[in-house]
Amino acid sequence: MIADYLIQKISQMNNSLIDYTLHLADNTLILAQRNAEWCGHGPILEQDIAITNISLDLIGQSRNFYQYAAQLMNDSKKLKGSKAPSLQGESVGGEFTEDSLAYLRTEREFKNCLLVEQQNGDWGQTILRQFFFSAYQYLLYEKLQNSTDEQIAAIAAKALKEVTYHLRWSSEWVIRLGDGTEESHQRMLKAIEELWRYTGELFVAAGYELEAGVDVGLLKDEWMKKITAVFDEATLPVPEKVFMQTGGKTGVHTEQLGFILTELQYLQRTYPGAEW
Amino acid sequence: MNNFFVRKFYYGDIPEESGGGIELKDSKVPPPAGGGGGGLWPLWEVFVRSKQGLDHKHVGSLHATDAVMAIENARDVYTRRQEGISIWVVESKFITASNPDEAGELYEPAVDKVYRHPTFYDLPDEVGHM
Repeated sequence: MIADYLIQKISQMNNSLIDYTLHLADNTLILAQRNAEWCGHGPILEQDIAITNISLDLIGQSRNFYQYAAQLMNDSKKLKGSKAPSLQGESVGGEFTEDSLAYLRTEREFKNCLLVEQQNGDWGQTILRQFFFSAYQYLLYEKLQNSTDEQIAAIAAKALKEVTYHLRWSSEWVIRLGDGTEESHQRMLKAIEELWRYTGELFVAAGYELEAGVDVGLLKDEWMKKITAVFDEATLPVPEKVFMQTGGKTGVHTEQLGFILTELQYLQRTYPGAEW
Repeated sequence: MNNFFVRKFYYGDIPEESGGGIELKDSKVPPPAGGGGGGLWPLWEVFVRSKQGLDHKHVGSLHATDAVMAIENARDVYTRRQEGISIWVVESKFITASNPDEAGELYEPAVDKVYRHPTFYDLPDEVGHM
């Protein structure tokens, strides 16, 4: 009986770790995909390169997390044997890979937070989304680099340098635009109105986060401090009492994600296994 | 620069009326980047020192509104393939260049002064390469 209980418990822990790793991977993949929409459309050449560089950093992070998730999922499948129900996201050969997880899962299986799937809008809105997320990611990875899970700790430690730069870059842009012209200030106000409602979810931990990750609720105060400091310099108001949208972490997304996946997954859906 | 007008379309669905264009009538307002090329932002020259290099080498130029942005743009444009570990930027207008029209008096006198190269000395073998 005790053995059964332990096996069940271990299996549950393992599932949480898989979900958590997918959550980290999905966050970075979806934001990377959004930022990549700017490629060739940036306001000036130099910033076009800057935003796509960030996009590539994020894709690199998501690859690391997907590779780890795929390994965990393949191991877990072997343990359970053939009785395990087949899951979305398996490649043609029945193995999970970084690609199959990115290209073959459906909308409800993506666990990214709602913030990263929101539309680019204008440059200000894209910048603000990046700033909100980088500030969060910075605090999260700082904690994760000390995770007891060695793989996640290593990925977080490596990514932290990239995130530090993203945070610096996006903070400066928020200040530049908030404290810039009347036009840029107005656009930042509009961006805040658009995006603030998706920031609450970052700090509401899903079950798998509590079991396998960091209690993100504890990051909120530090995050608010960072946001407030930058907003003060940018002469932008920090909104109060806004109803917060949630659901992304457990697969309940805004209508935006479907459109992103349609484009992102089109090739693999249409020509399964296509390579070039 | 009065009545200056730039129309810029972004990727996305910004309504034409409210978001697509920036109208600048007040010349005190700093100009935006124009025409996708940053034409109205100051030009900066970028110097990068590679990992093995001892000196900063000129690698190109870019547009940026200020020095901080110039460094960051240079980082993204000129060092994203590990080209360097140190960056200098200087606004192009602060560089004084020699006048190409004066090339004759500046450089030609050196052409026939081969004796200014230290190639007329017999070096003892023990010195090796100099």
